[in-house]
Amino acid sequence: MSGRDVLPTVIWPIVACALGVAALACVPFLFGDYGLSMAINIVSYTVLATAWSLFSGPTRYVSLATVAFFGIGAYTTAVFAESLPWVAVLAIAACLSVVVAAIVGLATLRLSGVYFVIFSLGLAELVRQLVTWWEVNKTRTLGRYVFTDITAAQIYWQLLGLAVLVFVAGFLIGRSRLGLALRAIGDDETVARHSGIDTTRAKVALFVLSTVFMTLAGAIMAPRWTYIDPAIAFNPVISFTVLIMALLGGVHRLYGPVMGVVPLALLFEFLLARFPNHFSIMVGLVFILIVYAIPRGIAGLVEQTVERTRRQPA
Amino acid sequence: MSALLQVEGLTRRFGGLVAVDSLSFSVDTGEVVGLLGPNGSGKTTVLNLLSGALKADSGSVALKGQAIAGKAAHQIARLGIARTFQLVRPLGSLTCRDNVLTGLAFGRGRSWGVAARGEADTLLDRVGLARARDTMPGELTYIDQKRLELARALALQPELLLLDEWLAGLNPTELEEGIALIQSLSGQGITILLVEHVMDAIRSLCGRCLVMNTGRLIASGLPQEVLADPEVIRAYLGDDGSGEGGDA
Ligand SMILES: Nc1ncnc2c1ncn2[C@@H]1O[C@H](COP(=O)(O)OP(=O)(O)OP(=O)(O)O)[C@@H](O)[C@H]1O
Ligand SMILES: [Mg+2]
Repeated sequence: MSGRDVLPTVIWPIVACALGVAALACVPFLFGDYGLSMAINIVSYTVLATAWSLFSGPTRYVSLATVAFFGIGAYTTAVFAESLPWVAVLAIAACLSVVVAAIVGLATLRLSGVYFVIFSLGLAELVRQLVTWWEVNKTRTLGRYVFTDITAAQIYWQLLGLAVLVFVAGFLIGRSRLGLALRAIGDDETVARHSGIDTTRAKVALFVLSTVFMTLAGAIMAPRWTYIDPAIAFNPVISFTVLIMALLGGVHRLYGPVMGVVPLALLFEFLLARFPNHFSIMVGLVFILIVYAIPRGIAGLVEQTVERTRRQPA
Repeated sequence: MSALLQVEGLTRRFGGLVAVDSLSFSVDTGEVVGLLGPNGSGKTTVLNLLSGALKADSGSVALKGQAIAGKAAHQIARLGIARTFQLVRPLGSLTCRDNVLTGLAFGRGRSWGVAARGEADTLLDRVGLARARDTMPGELTYIDQKRLELARALALQPELLLLDEWLAGLNPTELEEGIALIQSLSGQGITILLVEHVMDAIRSLCGRCLVMNTGRLIASGLPQEVLADPEVIRAYLGDDGSGEGGDA
């Protein structure tokens, strides 16, 4: 590649992304409180769904443990935010998720996909029960107040920064050996092993990375609630919502999940306002529709359309 | 000792069935050895044991004097044993080039980037898939998928190549090409252990043959010798067969 080729293919996309992020960073100044809370919701689910598909997309291991890590992050904030500087709180959250995810990954990622789904669901429940037990028996409180002076706009900006990091990480992994290893594992793990790939290590590495993002999202989001208890922080609906969003958007492309997050976050907001009592049923129906109607997600539809229009004139 | 591969007392059971029964043999550097035997005699299981897909119940395997039995498949691949599969297993979501890149990136070369892409294309050329670099394996014919699998195995820069009926299902022209290709690999210094039923291929390729029946080694030697061995003939025709004596 000559220097002149680099400019349009590398610099311009980066400039375009930077301008997009800068525009998104203006949201707190442009919209009211309701707009900002919508934006926080969308960006946090963007982080969660993109991080989820970072691991689950290529490996095809469906994880329902998202909320286990999200909740660990939220609780880290609840416990330490008052006494420690904010950076330290985030660092503790990240370290905790590395430890938990490495242990869980080493123990479970040798399992085949079906067992992993069930285990991951069980893990979220286990962590919730452990935290509940600890709070009831040791600290003798079931809920905690989250005292910080972090504003909604600051939460939004932090989440936006985290989202940028997820995308950068995903982009780099897609071009790395690790990315190739994971796609090979998703296709045929036996073949991957016989090609020299240490499949367990690759899976654990990516699982850990993806959960760090989930945990940080939880830590950053916690001040939104002011009060949390295990039922709020470890609500399994979060795991399912992330799964549905990622599947709707499409997990085989980095930009896929966000295309599912935006419409579904808006739809869920609407359903929750209009049908508060039948929300779960509605979510279930949406889920079934998505899996049957668009198995490869919106990103898949977009690609199909592009492919078709490209082939027609030829 | 010049033995590249030394196998002693290799045994593997599946429940009550002894699929490989205290098998011992060795393969010297540069040899092309045929592994024959009737259906279900344990040939694929031997390849699975050598490549680390299965763990042996007992026995030892040494590659250049280093014990490899019990090592993980990816470690064995990096030590220089590559394999193909009896039923082709291409990586379906990767292009042909990326299929080959897996072996290059994680094998002994550990090459990556532009250099690796060039090597992948060279390997695809070598097996006759030059036109299919950016094709998805699903669009290839069966024989071309087999070629792809061979290229992926070669990407590991193996010292020992295990081929499981790689020539099965080819038409006569393809078979000729396939035999020539394997011969050229051997000429390049790769030692080959191949499971095969196609007798023409065995005669023209193998310097030596091992014959298995119900997990045990029943004969070894030059192809024409073992194929004429009464016990081998009995194994292939079944115990109740009348051997060669029957009318044609
Ligand atoms: N994973 C397994 N679990 C249980 N039994 C197995 C397994 N793999 C092989 N076997 C059994 O072990 C025996 C040997 O099988 P193997 O596939 O090694 O035979 P083969 O010589 O390769 O036969 P073919 O010529 O049909 O490919 C067979 O009886 C088979 O059913
Ligand atoms: Mg077989």
